[in-house]
Amino acid sequence: MHSRVTNLAAFLGFGAILLALPHTLSFSQQEILVFLTINVLVVASYRLLTLTGEWSLGHVVIMGVGAYASALLSKRLGIYVPASMLLGAVTAAMVALALSFPLFRMKGFYFLIGSFAAGEIIRLLWKRFREPFGGPKGIKKIDPMPDFDIGIYAFDFFEPISYYYFALAVVGVSLWVMWRIERSPVGLTFHAVHWQDKLAEASGVNVRAYRTLAFVLASGFAGLSGALLAHYIGTINPNSFDVEQMVFVLTWTIVGGTATFYGPILGCVVLTILNEIVLREAGFEQMRPLIYGLILILSVLFMPKGLESLVRGALSWRNAGKKKVGETEATE
Amino acid sequence: MAPPVLEIDNLTMRFGGLTAIDRLSFNVERGAIHGLIGPNGAGKTTTFNVVSGFYKPTGGEVRLRGETISGLRMYEVARRGVVRTFQHSTLFAELSVLENALIGTHMSFPPNIFAAMAGVDKANRRAARARAEEALDFFGLSGLAEELAGDLPHGHQRALGMAVALAARPDVVLLDEPFTGMNPEETGRMMELMVKLRNTGVTILLVEHDMHAIMGLCDRITCMSFGRLLAEGSPQEIRHHPDVIEAYLGGARHVA
Repeated sequence: MHSRVTNLAAFLGFGAILLALPHTLSFSQQEILVFLTINVLVVASYRLLTLTGEWSLGHVVIMGVGAYASALLSKRLGIYVPASMLLGAVTAAMVALALSFPLFRMKGFYFLIGSFAAGEIIRLLWKRFREPFGGPKGIKKIDPMPDFDIGIYAFDFFEPISYYYFALAVVGVSLWVMWRIERSPVGLTFHAVHWQDKLAEASGVNVRAYRTLAFVLASGFAGLSGALLAHYIGTINPNSFDVEQMVFVLTWTIVGGTATFYGPILGCVVLTILNEIVLREAGFEQMRPLIYGLILILSVLFMPKGLESLVRGALSWRNAGKKKVGETEATE
Repeated sequence: MAPPVLEIDNLTMRFGGLTAIDRLSFNVERGAIHGLIGPNGAGKTTTFNVVSGFYKPTGGEVRLRGETISGLRMYEVARRGVVRTFQHSTLFAELSVLENALIGTHMSFPPNIFAAMAGVDKANRRAARARAEEALDFFGLSGLAEELAGDLPHGHQRALGMAVALAARPDVVLLDEPFTGMNPEETGRMMELMVKLRNTGVTILLVEHDMHAIMGLCDRITCMSFGRLLAEGSPQEIRHHPDVIEAYLGGARHVA
């Protein structure tokens, strides 16, 4: 009971910080905060995909599928923007389902290469077909989120701060859903498929179906993040979702670590802060890919279990300290 | 007499030019502990792999209660009631002992993602947990439920492998070399557990090299050599069968 109250207090406090955070930032920093929020959803969904042990190089392109779908649905068919975002997510999930048939004939390294090839094919289709995808120049003047008022707060989507609150709500709900999935028997089965697919199958698990389920779910959330991005920046093109973006997602995920739910999110937040505050202020912005590559190599060499291992170490150290305090209290 | 639960009928498995199983036929009676023995390379594990659906046979078929199961995928065979264990300690080493057993309950309590998200699968989760705990209790692992499976000593890991299979409530379990690497004391305890398992109505088919365990445990033994059926009978008959003695000792003479 006591820990529940503490958890609730910690949750509310964290929520309050997230709500107050943009008011302490400059306009351009607020914009970066919106991108960061969207990227948190991208890396969290990427981890959902890696739960069954397969790493994809097509995740950012799948995110792009959601962005293109939502942009086209709202622009061409006049679908109300929040609805088009959900449809964009569904489209990304459906494309992933179709891709799963060829891709899940492969495992491991072959799956990695196969997913890269599949992603490039989609990107080339966007480039090749000016109708409806807009060719290399992509889609411009994507409908913005319509403003609305919820009584206590009036959303004005010309302001990044409003879009931040909107994205925060969408990403928060998505993370909550992913968290529930992972903590459920479905999540346990994902882990089982990852660690021993033969034994899982001998226990009656349809391994292929579970790999597909993880891939489709992760792609749906990636599509949603793409749609959030598209309606914020208002213009997308095939290069918005190229392999360089994928390398960033991989770096965030690997530097953060994938053993815990928060690992990749931590990686994304820490590296973004490092990038925006340290590198941009110091004028190293142009060297971002170089520095990211260096960080990736250093973290693989010296921190192979990611940033999350530092957090876990700190927590277990604190708990051990608490235990000792408890023991001495008990003896007194 | 009751019909056999498992019929292996004229089974053949070829890998390129190598015939690993050559027109093998034998039946496993319901409720029996049936041993499958033979010199190294006789095709015992290959037979297991075909029966459990890991391989598709080149010819012949396997029937469970009269229904053909050969050629089905491994999870489809499992869902019909034939659950296998693997050689060595094949477990989910990174998961806890309880979580290992929970995977075993997958078929009885299939996870549903929508129910899980809505939080309406509590009864299902409780029942799965009860089943898993029961299976752990059966093999004396209750006290270790929160340990990581990979941290357990060897004997407990083998017992956990069987607990995962038992949690699936199988009709037939296939045990692949359950006594490997065990000392006589552990072997004795494992034999008791198998008799206990059989007494709950489970049919056991096991591949094993430990002759002491096989002879003391099995109701019936099938001996293979070079992919073929060599002899079948009670432990007494097998022990004195001239072809079996020839296969084991004759093989040794060739090596010498």
